[in-house]
Amino acid sequence: MEMRILRGGMQTTVQDLGRPGHRAAGVPLSGAMDPFALRVANLLVGNPENAAALECTLVGPELEFSAETVVALGGVEWECMPSWKPLRVPAGERVRLGGCLRGCRGYLTVAGGIEVEAVLGSRSTYLRAGFGGHEGRALRDGDMLAVLAAARQVGNNWRIDERVLPAYSAGPTVRVIRGAQADEFGAALFETEFKISAQSDRMGLRLTGAKLMRTSAEELVSSAVAPGTVQVPPDGHPIVLMADAQTIGGYPQAAHVISADLPLMAQLRPGDAVRFAEVTLVEAQRLAFAAEHTLALLREGLAQKFR
Amino acid sequence: MTFAPLGDHAVVVMLGASVDEAVLMRVRALVAVLENGRTAGFSDIVAAYATVTVFYDPAVFGKRGEAAPYDEVCRVIADAVAKTETSWPGLFSFGRFNRVEREVAAVVEIPVCYGGELGPDLEVVAKHSGLPESEVIAAHSGANYQVHAVGFSPGFPYLGGLPEKLRTPRRATPRTSVPAGSVGIGWTQTGIYPLVSPGGWQLIGCAPLVLFDARRNPPALLRVGDRVKFKAITPEEFAAWK
Repeated sequence: MEMRILRGGMQTTVQDLGRPGHRAAGVPLSGAMDPFALRVANLLVGNPENAAALECTLVGPELEFSAETVVALGGVEWECMPSWKPLRVPAGERVRLGGCLRGCRGYLTVAGGIEVEAVLGSRSTYLRAGFGGHEGRALRDGDMLAVLAAARQVGNNWRIDERVLPAYSAGPTVRVIRGAQADEFGAALFETEFKISAQSDRMGLRLTGAKLMRTSAEELVSSAVAPGTVQVPPDGHPIVLMADAQTIGGYPQAAHVISADLPLMAQLRPGDAVRFAEVTLVEAQRLAFAAEHTLALLREGLAQKFR
Repeated sequence: MTFAPLGDHAVVVMLGASVDEAVLMRVRALVAVLENGRTAGFSDIVAAYATVTVFYDPAVFGKRGEAAPYDEVCRVIADAVAKTETSWPGLFSFGRFNRVEREVAAVVEIPVCYGGELGPDLEVVAKHSGLPESEVIAAHSGANYQVHAVGFSPGFPYLGGLPEKLRTPRRATPRTSVPAGSVGIGWTQTGIYPLVSPGGWQLIGCAPLVLFDARRNPPALLRVGDRVKFKAITPEEFAAWK
């Protein structure tokens, strides 16, 4: 089966859960900015959680399929399509997301998953280096993508209990653990609200607001960074690294967003606000387990809905 | 050897405070030990200068007992080092590893066409150093280098070993597009841009090799610890290579 892209949208890319295992070669993790939303949206159409889907940004695509299929949208709130429920789509019927009303990124999954060539073990698009996904780039009007055969059929029309979702908001409090240079920045990160700058992308969210000034001028030797790392360049405006973050960096690290709260960051758009609160590493890992447990329950529950 | 968390899925192992060959040997030794062990639950091992960062799945290490996943990962790494120390004494004092390394480590020779359109900043480096361009080329291609880190963009090697007289500050305004293969100098280091990308280093030449190919495994030509030499080639040789 094929998917024809009628309108590409603002920045629509093919993403799965990324390409771990190649950081030593300088290859970023990539993958969905909001991995929780992608995993849930995949479960809704009967796919493995890692199946490739479309990551849609602020203005969604318009598309159609060559045969009847089932799709789902994982995202906060979009204009023309409901989130978090499987939808049957007849052949040739137009699927349109419209604008993103709340949040920033939607994950459009299709039963079977999108078939593009895996590069270094992943179908994710890495825009900066131009590989992975569909020709290493965002989708354009007229693109054709293949869809793998669905392994399972969805039973009925139903939606998931939204209480299992992260607490998406346009002004969330995001939990962090201390970074290597946290002591050099005092409490400034926790005292005020920051805004998301328009210069944000899949590599990192740039924050404006209070400047974080270091008490030390010691030069740092570059070391590994990861999605969630809050680094502070000399201008004092923090950058929260995201899915396409480079593998190493030499800026001081004030904090790290805990993995359970990365979806909250991923759904922030330019102009949105964010506050940070500190938790311990033990608490961060407990919350990561809790998120996995929620997904496991969902997986169990959804297994009943497929045949 | 000290440990520090990098978020809730990685631990940074620090093996020294400075950038030098002795520290790099310890970094290489730890990477070798961890890669040989292939511990389930470790997804990435990233060496850079004085650190080795291990990315792990907390779910794998949380199941093993009472200890928190992070503590368990630190214990696994410390155990791997201790075991190696027992069977291979002196490894982490680097002396022995250093000797073995020198015997086995291949030197990767990288052809470079210096100056002209392929190295538009050769003149800048020459002026800054007070050397004629031919001596800049001789000094750059005469030195022995070692990869201290790979990053910035996929496959970009940061090479230590640049002769002091060639140190040149980065450009005040970075170029928006540097051609693939460009060899640059960024203060104390030299490196090669594997892909077209923005860049602020002084470009002195270009290598006709493919340093990164996502369809190759491993995708990067160079890895941390590799020894590198440059060899000056003519524009004709450069064209023939391509």
